[in-house]
Amino acid sequence: MIDVQTKMAGRALELLCLPEGQPCYLLDIGCGSGLSGDYLSDEGHYWVGIDISPAMLDAALDRDTEGDLLLGDMGQGIPFKPGTFDGCISISAVQWLCNANKKSDIPAKRLYCFFSSLYSVLVRGARAVLQLYPENSEQLELITIQATKAGFTGGVVVDFPNSAKAKKFYLCLFSGPSTFLPKALTETTDEEEATESAFTSERIQRRMARRGVVRKSREWVLEKKERRRRQGKEVRPDTQYTGRKRKPRF
Amino acid sequence: MKLLTHNLLSSHVRGVGPRGFPLRLQATEVRINPVEFNPDFVARMIPKVEWAALLEAADTVPKEPIEGYEHDEKFLRKMHHVLLEVDVLEGTLQCPESGRLFPISRGIPNMLLSDEETET
Repeated sequence: MIDVQTKMAGRALELLCLPEGQPCYLLDIGCGSGLSGDYLSDEGHYWVGIDISPAMLDAALDRDTEGDLLLGDMGQGIPFKPGTFDGCISISAVQWLCNANKKSDIPAKRLYCFFSSLYSVLVRGARAVLQLYPENSEQLELITIQATKAGFTGGVVVDFPNSAKAKKFYLCLFSGPSTFLPKALTETTDEEEATESAFTSERIQRRMARRGVVRKSREWVLEKKERRRRQGKEVRPDTQYTGRKRKPRF
Repeated sequence: MKLLTHNLLSSHVRGVGPRGFPLRLQATEVRINPVEFNPDFVARMIPKVEWAALLEAADTVPKEPIEGYEHDEKFLRKMHHVLLEVDVLEGTLQCPESGRLFPISRGIPNMLLSDEETET
C-alpha cells in the first residue's frame, strides 16, 4: 500500500520532466518528515527540504533522510543563491501561505515573496511542481496571480477532476520560456480534455505594429480592412483603387 | 547539513540582497557520512560552488578547480567527500552583510526570521 504522499511525490517528479538519468539538485518545500524527499533520493537525486515545523523535522531526522533539512518559513523567502536548484517540488504545503497565522501577515505579500525568491533560486528554464489543496477557486486564483507576478509561466494540472476523493491539483510553474502543460490524469479511458488553465505573461504584439503606420494612408486603410475581416465583418475586396488619393472635394 | 548546501545558502535578511552570501560557517561538531559517489553530479555542481567560501569551510580543498576536472576521478572523489560526505551537526552561520547569526542544531540550520528582518 503506497502512501498517498509518496504517490504524489512520484507524480510531481514526473511532471518536473527532469533530463533522463541525470542526478539533480532539488528543493522540497514543506518537506515535513521527508516522505517526498525519500522518493527523490530513491530516484537518485540530491535534495534540500524546508519546513516550518521543528516537530516534523525531528521526525525526518529519526527517519534518517539523505537530503539536507532547513528550519524555515517559505513565506519569508528561500535563502539560497540564484540559480541553485534544477527543480522544485512541494507536496500539500503551499496552501498554508494563504493562512494568516499572525495579524501582521498578508497572504498576498507572503505568496509573492515566496514565488519571487523561488524564481530566483531556480536555474533558468527549471520547473517547480507544487501539489496543493486549495480551499476554493479564489484561493487558487490568488496563488496563481502571485506566481505570474513573480515571472513564472505555466498552469494548473488537475488529475482526476471528476473524483472528489482522487482529485489533485498540481501547480506547474516554468521559469523559462513558455512550454506546453503536461496532460492531466483522468480515470476514463476515452480521451477527455484536461481541465487546465494556462496562463502566460506574453503581451499582444499587434498594437506596437500599428504605431508606425500613418493615419489615412493606403497602408492604414489596408490594415483596417484586414482587422475587420478578422473580426468577421463584411469587407469589400482590395483592389488597385483601395486607398487611392481622391480629388480634394472629398 | 552538507558543505554543498552551506556553500549555496544565502542570507535573506531584509536589505541584504546579493551580498547575503557566502555565509560564514563556524562548526563545533562535524560528522562524516559515507555517500555513494556520483561523478556526473559532482562535476555539474563544481561550477556552482563559491570556491573561497569552500576553502574557508574545509582547508583540505585545493586552491581552485583544476583544468579538465570533469574527467579527473581523483579530484572528483576528493570534492565528493568534501561537499557531500562532511555533515555539520552543530555550529552557526553568519550573514556577511548584517552579521546576523543562524544557529545549526542536529544538522538543521534555523533560518527563521523575525518580522522586522523579513524582506517586504
